[in-house]
Amino acid sequence: MFADNLLSLVIWLPILGGLAVLAIGDDRRAPVIRILSLVISLATFFASVLLYTRFDAKTADMQFVELSPWIEAFNVNYSLGIDGISLLLIILTTFTTVLVIIASWKVIQKKVAQYMAMFLIMEGLMVGVFSAMDALLFYVFWEALLVPMYLIIGIWGGPRRVYAAIKFFLYTFIGSVLMLVSLIYLYYKAGESFDIQTLYAVKLDLTEQIFIFLALFAAFAVKIPMWPVHTWLPDAHVEAPTGGSVVLAAIMLKLGAYGFLRFNIPIAPDASQELAFFMIVLSLIAVVYIGLVALVQEDMKKLIAYSSISHMGFVTMGLFLFNPQGMEGAIIQMISHGFISGALFICVGMMYDRMHSRLIKDYGGVVNTMPVFAAFMLLFGMANSGLPATSGFVGEFLVILGAFQVNHWYAAIAALTLIFGAAYTLWMYKRVIFGKVANDKVKVLTDINARETMLLATLAIAVLVMGIWPYPFLEVLHVSVDNILSLASVSKL
Amino acid sequence: MFGLSMKTIYLLVPLFPLGGALLAGLLGRKIGRSGSHTVTILGVAVSFALSAFVILPDVMSGNTFNGTVYTWGVSGGIPIEIGFLIDGLTATMMVVVTFVSFMVHIYTVGYMRDDPGYQRFFSYIALFTFSMLMLVMSNNFLQLFFGWEAVGLVSYLLIGFWYTRESAIFASLKAFLVNRVGDLAFLLGIAAIYKTFGTLDYAAVFAIAPQYASQTLEIVSGVDWNLITLISILLFVGAMGKSAQVPLHVWLPDSMEGPTPISALIHAATMVTAGIFMVARMSPLFELSTTALSVVLIIGAITALFMGLIGLVQNDIKRVVAYSTLSQLGYMTVALGVSAYSAGVFHLMTHAFFKALLFLGAGSVIIAMHHEQDMRKMGGLKKYMPVTWITMWIGTLALIGFPGFAGFFSKDTIIEAVHTSSIFGSGFAYFSVVTGVIITSFYSFRLLYLTFHGKPRMDEHTRNHLKESPLVVTVPLVLLAIPSIVIGALYIEPIVFGDLFGNAIFVLPEHDVLATLKESWQGIGQYMAHGVKALPFYLMLAGWLGAWLCYIKYPHLPGVISKKFAFIYRLLENKYYFDHFNNIVFAAGARLTGRLFWRLGDERLIDGLAVNGSARVVGWVSSLVRHIQSGYVYHYAFAMIIGLFTLITFFLHG
Repeated sequence: MFADNLLSLVIWLPILGGLAVLAIGDDRRAPVIRILSLVISLATFFASVLLYTRFDAKTADMQFVELSPWIEAFNVNYSLGIDGISLLLIILTTFTTVLVIIASWKVIQKKVAQYMAMFLIMEGLMVGVFSAMDALLFYVFWEALLVPMYLIIGIWGGPRRVYAAIKFFLYTFIGSVLMLVSLIYLYYKAGESFDIQTLYAVKLDLTEQIFIFLALFAAFAVKIPMWPVHTWLPDAHVEAPTGGSVVLAAIMLKLGAYGFLRFNIPIAPDASQELAFFMIVLSLIAVVYIGLVALVQEDMKKLIAYSSISHMGFVTMGLFLFNPQGMEGAIIQMISHGFISGALFICVGMMYDRMHSRLIKDYGGVVNTMPVFAAFMLLFGMANSGLPATSGFVGEFLVILGAFQVNHWYAAIAALTLIFGAAYTLWMYKRVIFGKVANDKVKVLTDINARETMLLATLAIAVLVMGIWPYPFLEVLHVSVDNILSLASVSKL
Repeated sequence: MFGLSMKTIYLLVPLFPLGGALLAGLLGRKIGRSGSHTVTILGVAVSFALSAFVILPDVMSGNTFNGTVYTWGVSGGIPIEIGFLIDGLTATMMVVVTFVSFMVHIYTVGYMRDDPGYQRFFSYIALFTFSMLMLVMSNNFLQLFFGWEAVGLVSYLLIGFWYTRESAIFASLKAFLVNRVGDLAFLLGIAAIYKTFGTLDYAAVFAIAPQYASQTLEIVSGVDWNLITLISILLFVGAMGKSAQVPLHVWLPDSMEGPTPISALIHAATMVTAGIFMVARMSPLFELSTTALSVVLIIGAITALFMGLIGLVQNDIKRVVAYSTLSQLGYMTVALGVSAYSAGVFHLMTHAFFKALLFLGAGSVIIAMHHEQDMRKMGGLKKYMPVTWITMWIGTLALIGFPGFAGFFSKDTIIEAVHTSSIFGSGFAYFSVVTGVIITSFYSFRLLYLTFHGKPRMDEHTRNHLKESPLVVTVPLVLLAIPSIVIGALYIEPIVFGDLFGNAIFVLPEHDVLATLKESWQGIGQYMAHGVKALPFYLMLAGWLGAWLCYIKYPHLPGVISKKFAFIYRLLENKYYFDHFNNIVFAAGARLTGRLFWRLGDERLIDGLAVNGSARVVGWVSSLVRHIQSGYVYHYAFAMIIGLFTLITFFLHG
């Protein structure tokens, strides 16, 4: 019955499922809640896999299109559709949610239903963002997402959770308001339409484009986050529970980059070309400046948070190179970063559950007591350093190839990540994992159990498959990326 | 063979060690110690057998192969593929890699017998063999880089194998990061190739490279560089990292923190020669740029001379061999610089055998000495360990280039080639490689005399327990000693003067120094007769004599000399202060900059001034307009809506 509404299914199944879980809402029934949540997330994941198998990689048209009026007075429609870019991001979302629910199995003991429900609802909302073809619908999903994430940090977070939650909320909310303004402006320019593809055709002069670009930039750059509006992210990560960090790093950061792809570049192509240098410079600052900041972090979560910002620099740079290698590399980097940063946050979470500390200095010699865990973390650490045959290499490699074609200095500066990425990741790894047993707490650590092993093994397989054979990931992108690039190359002036 | 196509056989060669690595790594606990070493040894044995007895003969009979295994990915319509290129150069490397690896696998059974990480070790060295094979068998730059980084990974894992030792885990991190500096340049070189030629396939790139010989790239505005020169130098910087050329050599001596079998396999015989192999493979590019060749030549000459000098003052038996490796890698690089690629690869091959032998011999000594590595506490070991002693002598004679031994043929060819060359830097290089001979001879015999000859200097307890190593250790020594003697005489003709490498190596006629040597080539007898009349032979004898005087005849002499030349001695002992410089400038510098960006940039400026500052401004403004501030959310919401309307009005009518 959902054959024609597969996208709606992937959006609403977890949202309605989440509400149902919320309704059960009693910690005495926690085991049932966990299993139910897992079943819902698995069902959603399989539904999204159906999207992949039924996807036609040969057309640039939006697929799985759904259209029905929503607020007719303002010509707002419930309009959905995806291209290859959305497709990969949707699968990343559903995949990650399954892992988050498994990762939270034992750790979350209080308000289990609320916690699980938040993640399921977020899942649906994020898929909504990636498939909305109506700008206002996009905006609604986008803003709605703030609430569950705010609650996750604010309720299940660490000691400074309230500060972090408010910083997160205000930072992203201020950007969003400017986005709304520019969307409303575009609505009138387009003859009262929020249809995204209609907006692509709206004629805009350069000044208009630049204003719109910058207003959207305020929303998207904060989300990614780009330097210098990144300082909310380390705080949010440090305070967020593991699941929150995973979703934040693996998916939420990509919303911003997706926004650039779906809105800025096609709607303001001339401004995008005009401001490409500005975007690339900010991206390179992210790679270098943030890479160095990551090096000296004392808190593992902060370190990975900074590492995320640095890696997202590759994404924003790749998008604004305007060649297929750069853009495909950027999208691959988004997916890969989802796997790797998610895995690293889960790893830190596993250590935190046992030691109740995230400070590097409290660790040392973990390999002696947790050898299996150490092996997995090494793989993810190497992936984070961009080692070939892991997914971390593919995106960076393609972006560097793309960058060299535009300007060899872009490539040279970006390639510094080869050194910085390895330095901050492996130096942390050395201090935490290698060495003699540092203290009595490390001495009594127990290695990961079967559930945890399965969790990390799943991510390890994802990281390796994508590194050894990125072909199937790239294949669904080509036509969609070419479409965006051709929109970007047609001047509106 | 067995009805398998050659392509399948090529595929099996790397897959057997990979299978062994996976079995030992993932199921190590289940299959146990003997299970682990059995599967990995079998894996590499099959690889060796296929390489030496199927592929090499097949290649020698003229069958080369260049084909795709699978498509890795496509971007911008350009496919990037994983595939094999099998020719004389590849086949030679495959045989060398699998043979040394095979020997090291067997040796490890004895050397690591009591180590709790036994299975893990076998898994790593098998994984290394797989990675190295993928590197040498590649037919494209992507896979080359894959193998390149993969051997770096295994090297990192093995240097830090004893992960509770601070010095080991420091050395492994250092090795990885220093190599990454080279890799950065290497990757940019690949990106430049991709941009210029639109493909990463060797054959395609080499075919059209000559058309781009005079194309330039504007480095900064107004400064044009020859594109091929730039590409070649970028690739060579990658080689400098992996093959430990000055100034990226600093990781190799520290890598001796790893277990000795991997010092032999990875840090002497195979991985560190990947850079040499790579430049030889890229000869169609390097030939187009004499500038790049001169850079290669000068870097190689510096490494050959100055790293050998450090070897003179080392007291750790493994570190002497390590500095010797650095110096010999310099020789190979020098050969590449004068376009004598096949001589470089020939020295790579002979060196792989005798240097692996020397390292494994040193390891045998270390076992007997209960993991004491300081030569000042050794002496007189020859009567306790005759097999180790004799094989070490053979290795030494091969290393110093004693006529008839393997190293003689390869090293003399290099020296002659440099002598014949007229490229910029060849004068200095000739001085380096000739002076290097006396240095090599001196430190090699110093090692032999201090370790095996003279009076025993170890304590009573150690001396009473001295004994020859078990068969699993000595058999590989003997099996490596045989090629250390004969391989030079056997292969100089096919490799240097013949066409074993066929089209694998490309040399412009005006660079072809080996062609000049070939004219006077009259067989190995004549070559040796000429050798004993030439300068290097007497320098070698002089070094030998010097070592004998210093360490046998007048043992107090070294102390006197080191006091007399205290400045030079300190300079050498501190390895020209490279480590100090790197620690202060790069390591501490990066941390300082990072802290500055973090504390000043992020916390003070962005958070302090911008974020909290605007909060303060808001606080100040609101203190003025306190009377309209009620604390009710709907008031704020109202204010926001007004603000929104103002903005929209501004946009629509502005």
